[in-house]
Amino acid sequence: MATQRIYEVMFIVDTSVTDDDITRLNENLQQIIKDQGGSITKVENMGRRQLAYPIGRKTDGFYVLFEVEGTGREIAELERRMRVNDQVLRYITVRVDEDRQRAEKFKAKRARKATRRASRGSTASSSRREAKETSSASEE
Amino acid sequence: MSRDYDDRDSIFEVEEEIERGGRGGGGGGRGGPGGRRMHRRKICRFCIEKVDLIDFKDVKLLQSYIPERGKILPRRISGACATHQRMLSEAIKRARNIALLPYATD
Ligand SMILES: [Zn+2]
Repeated sequence: MATQRIYEVMFIVDTSVTDDDITRLNENLQQIIKDQGGSITKVENMGRRQLAYPIGRKTDGFYVLFEVEGTGREIAELERRMRVNDQVLRYITVRVDEDRQRAEKFKAKRARKATRRASRGSTASSSRREAKETSSASEE
Repeated sequence: MSRDYDDRDSIFEVEEEIERGGRGGGGGGRGGPGGRRMHRRKICRFCIEKVDLIDFKDVKLLQSYIPERGKILPRRISGACATHQRMLSEAIKRARNIALLPYATD
């Protein structure tokens, strides 16, 4: 079995299409992912936004975010379909599982450090650290 | 690479020590009387806030790191550590790609 990865796919839909079109497009794209063996763990309609710069002649678009779990095959197919679809102005795929894992690791490490510090019973150094933290916070 | 990040707490402490003692008021002529506390302390706010991930969707945050022209604020000004500056620039580039943020002008 290929390894499961997590991706975030964000895409911009042309605002000149109808709401029904957008719903249909959304469903189609999700179906493609399922057909390729992937699963959608989150769908977020971020709504209409102004583009930071014009794409083609468009100055705004509907932003949609998918969170997809899969092997990468469904992403390849999804991107292929979005590329040939005029309603999709732009898309971006970001792999997030590795970064999230890394973040978890740091968090765990911090927690370990904190308990080690506490068990060492070095109250002096920990109170000094606290003082330092408040002083730097007040300076901001 | 991940090593710097792991040890960032201790790195931060060392840097602070250097700034406090070593260089005295050498940092800038504008220091004024009393010296040592006047110069700007450059510390990574992401380290202090224990940020492990910088999201390209977080436009509000990213915007504060691309002043005027849309260029990424350099580390010497943002004060971010190497790891967090890398996360930041990565996120800004992704956000630009999907038109959440502008590309740098001229
Ligand atoms: Zn940092």
